[in-house]
Order: sequence, then C-alpha cells, then structure tokens
Amino acid sequence: MRAQYILVDGLPIPFEEGQTIMQAAMVAEVFIPHLCHHPEFKPQGSCKLCTVKANGRYVSACTMPAKDGMEVENNSPDLNDKRRTMLQMLFVEGNHFCPSCEQSGNCRLQALAYELEMLTPHFNQFYPDRPLDASHPEVLLDFNRCILCELCVRASRDVDGKNVFALSGRGIGKHLIVNAESGRLADTAFSLADKAAHVCPVGVILEKRRGFAIPIGRRRYDLEPIGMQVEGQARRRSGEL
Amino acid sequence: MTEACLEAGRLDELLQPIVDAHHRDSRLLLQILREVQNALGYLPAVALTAIARAVNLPRARVEGVAGFYSFLHLTPVGRYRVLFSDNITDRMLGSVELMDRFCNRLWIERGKVSEDGLVSVETTSCTGMCDQGPALLVNGLALPRISAERIDRISELIRAQIPLADWPGEYFLVEDNIRRRDALLSVQWPAGEAIRAAIARGAEAMLVEMRLSNLRGRGGAGFTTHIKWESARRAACSGEQPARYVVCNADEGEPGTFKDRVLLNSYADLVFDGMTVAGITIGARNGLLYLRGEYASLLPALQANLMRRRLNGLLGTSLCGQADLAFDIEIHLGAGAYICGEETALLESLEGKRGVPRIRPPFPVSAGYLGQPTVVNNVETLCKAALIAVNGGPWFAGLGTKQSTGTKLLSISGDVERPGIYDYPFGVSVAQVLNDCGAGHAQAVQVSGPSGSCLATHEFSRRIAFEDVPTAGAFMVFGAHRDMFEVARNFAHFFAHESCGFCTPCRVGTALVANCMEKIANGHGSQYDINEIFKIHRLLHAASHCGLGQSACNALFDTLHKFRPAYERRLRSLDFEPAFDLDQALAAARQMTGRDDPAAHFRLGPGTGVEP
Ligand code: SF4
Ligand code: FES
Repeated sequence: MRAQYILVDGLPIPFEEGQTIMQAAMVAEVFIPHLCHHPEFKPQGSCKLCTVKANGRYVSACTMPAKDGMEVENNSPDLNDKRRTMLQMLFVEGNHFCPSCEQSGNCRLQALAYELEMLTPHFNQFYPDRPLDASHPEVLLDFNRCILCELCVRASRDVDGKNVFALSGRGIGKHLIVNAESGRLADTAFSLADKAAHVCPVGVILEKRRGFAIPIGRRRYDLEPIGMQVEGQARRRSGEL
Repeated sequence: MTEACLEAGRLDELLQPIVDAHHRDSRLLLQILREVQNALGYLPAVALTAIARAVNLPRARVEGVAGFYSFLHLTPVGRYRVLFSDNITDRMLGSVELMDRFCNRLWIERGKVSEDGLVSVETTSCTGMCDQGPALLVNGLALPRISAERIDRISELIRAQIPLADWPGEYFLVEDNIRRRDALLSVQWPAGEAIRAAIARGAEAMLVEMRLSNLRGRGGAGFTTHIKWESARRAACSGEQPARYVVCNADEGEPGTFKDRVLLNSYADLVFDGMTVAGITIGARNGLLYLRGEYASLLPALQANLMRRRLNGLLGTSLCGQADLAFDIEIHLGAGAYICGEETALLESLEGKRGVPRIRPPFPVSAGYLGQPTVVNNVETLCKAALIAVNGGPWFAGLGTKQSTGTKLLSISGDVERPGIYDYPFGVSVAQVLNDCGAGHAQAVQVSGPSGSCLATHEFSRRIAFEDVPTAGAFMVFGAHRDMFEVARNFAHFFAHESCGFCTPCRVGTALVANCMEKIANGHGSQYDINEIFKIHRLLHAASHCGLGQSACNALFDTLHKFRPAYERRLRSLDFEPAFDLDQALAAARQMTGRDDPAAHFRLGPGTGVEP
C-alpha cells in the first residue's frame, strides 16, 4: 500500500492509520504549539493551542485524525494570532508572575509565550483567589499557575492508578481538586514517585527543596526556544545546521 | 441541616436507601447526588465521601460532578432556596425589581444565605416560563407570573416557614398557552397509535418512511433524522453489554424556548410513542429521557404515564403483544446546566459525569451512551417521528417547504399580546408570525435564542426554515422601546455562566466578553472594547470545542451590526478608556470607614487638586 501523507504548510508528512495530525507532526518533528497534549497520554483537546486549519476548517490537531491528502495550515499569522490570544487568556485567568516563579525557564506556558511573541497579557487580570497547598511533605501545589490541562489528572488516573487529581467547578470557576475530604494533598495517596508528580507543564506541582538546583538562565527553554527544540533537531539531523 | 446532625450513623441511615435504590450504580451518580441533596439540603463534604464509597468512584470524581451543576450545592443554602429566572424576557417583565423587593422584604443579600439559614436568593438561567414570566423557582418548583403583590405574599409565607405544599396551589399553575395548532398539536390519538403503526410497517419500511419524510432535527442543528436512525441501526454494538439506545433530549435550556415543556405536559404519549418507534426502528430496547432540572415538577406525571404504559403493554417486554419486541424508558433529571443540551454532553451527564461535550468523531450514532450506538433526538423531533409512523413520510413531506418539511413549534415571548406556543408549517414569514401573536411595534426578534440570530425590521420578510432562518423554536420579540444593548448584555452573562469551562477560548472568552459588556454598561466603554468583542467572537467561532462557544457571541455580533447606536450612546469616547476607575477603587474603603464626604472621593479635574 502506498504511504499516506498530510501536507502541513505544504510539507508532506507521512502518517499511519489512526494517527492524529499532532501525532504525525510530532513524529516528523514539525512543531505545532500545544499545552494539554502529551504523547504518553490520551488526547484531550481542551487548551486549543494546537488549533490548525485542516482542509479549510479550524480543528484541534491533537484530536483530529489525519486523512490522506489533508492540507493543514499550521504556522500562519492567523493561527499564531489566535494562539497568542489564547495564551493571553490563560495568563490572565490564573496568577502568573514569571519573575518569581520557580519553574521559569522550564515552563511550557512561558516558553510558548516567547515562541509566539506574546508581549503583554493584554486582557484585564482575573486575579483568582487560589490558596497554596503545602501539606504534603515532598510536594507543594501552587494552584495559581494551573492551566487546567488535566495532564496530572490523566497521569494519576491512567498511569498511577490513583485518581489523586480531578476538576471541579464550571466555566471560569473550573479548578483542580485533590482526592481528599480535607482537600489537602497530604491526605491523598500521592507520592513523589508518581508519574503525576512530573507532568505539569507549568509550575503547579513542585518538588520541595529543589527549586533552584538549576539556576534560571540555564534551564530548558532558556537554552533554546521551544519550537526550535523540535524543529532544530530535524534540521540538525539533515545537516542543515 | 448542619454538619453536626450528620455525625454518627445518621448520614448512613439517610444515604443507604438512596444509593440502594440506584443499585449503587456510578452511572446514576447525578440522580443520587440530587436525591441526597433533597434529603440534606446541600451536599456536605462527608456526604460526598460516603457517596463515593457507595458507588465505588474516587471521591474527587464525585466532587467534580457535584461542582459542575448549578443546582447542586457544596455549601449550605437556605431552607427556602429562591432562584429568579434571569432571561431577558423575565427582566423585561420586571424580574430585577421584583428580586430587589424580595431581598428588601426579607433583609437578605443576593447570593448569601440569611443568618438563620431560612432563605437564600440567586438568579438562574431561563426557566422556560417566558410566556408567563417573570418566573422563579422555590426549592426547584416553578412559580410563574410573579407580581409585586405575590412577592410580598411569598416573603410572608417564607417568614412564617409555611411548607411549600401548603402554599396556594395557583402559584404553581403553569399554563400551556397553545395559540395555534397545526399538524402536531391537533393530534388526538390514543396512546400507542404510532407504535402499532410502526410495528405494522416493520423497521425497514419505517426507515423508508423516515427518509421520504425528510424530517430534520428540531433541536436546532437540523440534522436529517433518518440518517441518524439508519446509521445507528447499521452500527455494530460492542463490549460486554451490546445494545442500542434511544435518548430523548428534553434538556430544553435555550433561553426563550418552552415548547418541550408543553409537549411533555400535554403530549407525553406522543413523545413516548416517538421514542418507542425510534427504538423499534433502530433495534433498541432502552430509551432514556433526559429532563432538564427546571422541569422537575413534570416528573411525577411522566413517571405515572410510564407506569400506565407498562400496564397497557405499550412498554416492557412483548410490546403491543409482539413477543419479539421490547422497549422501556427511564427518565433522568438534569441539575442546571445548559451545556447538557449538547448531545454528547448530555450523554456524559446520563453516564453520571460532568456535562462536558465529547471529542467527535466518533459520533453518538456509532459510539454514544456507554459507547453503544445511540440516537439522540429532540422531544419535538420524536413527536414528529410518531406522526410519520401513522401518516407516512410523503404526507409529512407535503407540509412546509421542500428543504424544511413538516411543521415547527415556536415558543413566542416578549413584547407580544399573545405569548405561547404556535405550530406553523415551515416557511412562514417572520412578519406573519409577528402579526399572529400581536406584536405591535417590534424592532427586533431574537430567533432560536441567544445562540441564534437577531433580526431587525428590514428582515421580517424572511422565513422560518432551515434554508432561511433556522430555529430551535425560541422567538423573543423586542418592542421599539427596548434597549437592544441590554438584550445582548443579558445573553453575554448567560454564556459566561453556562460555559462548561472545558476549552480555553470559551471558558475565558465568554467571561471576558461579559466583563467588556459591563464596562460599556458602566459608561467606561470605548470603540476599543467593541473591537475586543469582535476579536473574541472570531476566536470563539474558530477555536471553541463545541457549539456553545462557537455561537456565544452571535447575538452580540448581530446587535453590534444592526443596533449600533444602542452601544455607541454608552461609549465614553471613541478611543480607549481604562476599565480601572480610581474613585470606584476607593468604594470598599469608604464602606469600611463609613465615609462619603468629598475628601473620601477621588475626582480628576480643575478644583479637585488633581489635574487630569
Ligand atoms: S496542575 Fe499542572 S498538570 Fe495539572 S491541570 Fe494544572 S497545569 Fe495541568
Ligand atoms: S494540545 Fe490540542 S487542544 Fe491542547
């Protein structure tokens, strides 16, 4: 059988039956911005950062199955503009003070904001009231930064088999909760060894007493912008760089 | 009830019968939560833990579900919980003033519980009583036609702690207000007529009739019904309990719509016949009817009807005496979530989960309720299927227009002399409808609710039909004296309140738009804010996960184009105005210190010491 392809910004990318646009792009090392997607977990499709145009229709790349000959618009001013607006929405919805955040430089939200040239949060801040949970001996939860990607929810449920995290509330009041009547992480089955302890793309789930082991300036996205880390590899391999 | 009374076994005693009656089935979680709340007044943390244990779900999942629905409460509410319907039509009939009056009479503040725990007051999205508003719900029961005098009486009844059962019966009287009958509302068959007709035809022939009828879904999207039925019939069932399902969507939440309430009240047999016809045709043995929480008062009569049908052989095994046919119907109650009218969110809710729309594909016809092939149809659509079973597809196709066959129920409210239900063949002009319902000086009609379209006078010659002005049934009329900005502002708050919060653009975007509308309403708006609304509208349209977000700014978009002066009058300048108001920021300090003298205010300009 002939290999099947999608065209992402004109570039042919092979895919296998059942793969989504995002999965095909990841294998081909083509960067589609994303926050709630993680290759190890079931696609969720909630952040909408991966919005692309497939055959002229806006769709989420992480949930839309690839189809042979599909033309996908990805890196265009229109899409990046929409993504920038959604990043701004995520910034004002929570309390994100990058200069004082211990995840600065390792944070995907921050990295995408740089990548997509988001210069200001633009909208008025919501300043939600989200108390910290420092009850657990090994891990601190700073809900201020939660972007509701549900990666921890999926990791705890599908990998750890513990269901430590879940979402409650609705609309702008939606928020992360933990599995305890007291509402405290210390009263759940959570442990630092859990997969869920290491999937947060921002700075909610933080290991205690390790914050600045690697100084700001030498962290993952300080060294190379997020998009280049994906596409740079491909170019390096093909000898372009 | 307080936490203290819940100690030591009391809770278990209360919970046992409820969870047992639901077979400790996690799929019935929403029903369990509703009933536990009825018993306890709210859902205290200990109760959630106990429920989670009983249905064998993680506690956080149970809390997540309880936290999703407006009518479920994690903190105490008043023993009398009063919810004022907050649709624009209620507002036009004075609901805001009536709520103020009520709060003043009882010395309470909106959103707070009175200190003695007696009463709490809030607003709620449209309760489906727009033809007899303003309306409110007391402990889930609807009271239409609220007047100042009634508000005073109700406050007295509450203060005297009179049980709801002893309140005057006429307070709870909900009228049908049927104003025009056509093919649907003139039906007077005995129960089961359509089922017998469908059995006589046989499933395949019934599908042919459905195809010939060209019936399209009456819930708004207008999807061709026979394609749904045919796909579900052909789709493979899977898993340990292979089955097909028929789901009746009675979560009529679109503000301004109330036709399904009338159908369920006075044409319930037609609805159940329609569900059964669908069951026979697609090969399903189970039907589920999802009734919006606001219509809980219809439940006892509906349950009694189902019992009657079982006794008469119109439900259960050997349906109508056919040994090989079986069908039964269960009713699930919603709990205050507009999003559950979206068919996949409805399925999630039926499975006892948060009402979040699913990723599609797969579509419900191949993987719906419990992952099985499922047909989800609107109440009115199923009634029409019953008509087709009896009268045949070609008869139905002869009504209405070529692309929009049959008739359509309109729920008419607003500035008209005769609000209520009108049954029209598709293709009727807006002007004709306005004339029939006695709309004197209409400046606008909002067709199909806040997510539909707003028509101005020059468009009144347009026709109600899928190919022109499609509608789920709402038809709200605004007289010349109405302020169309207030209409749009009400809709903006509706969507912010009802967004499920799953996807970023809708969750944050609807809240931002509502804030923008407040800014303009407070006289701080400028052209900048209008541009912002347009920008968010484009984003929501493109990137939202489901139809709620995609259509959330439709009404704003329409009114901004067609009634621009209503906005512009409010704009402070045509450039930029900050939302931040220094003087307003001092309000909290003024309240705390009890001051209101000039020195406690901040004003820019000459003579104030502060130069602009
Ligand atoms: S805590 Fe982190 S991983 Fe979990 S939902 Fe929030 S942002 Fe996502
Ligand atoms: S990455 Fe696709 S929606 Fe979040």
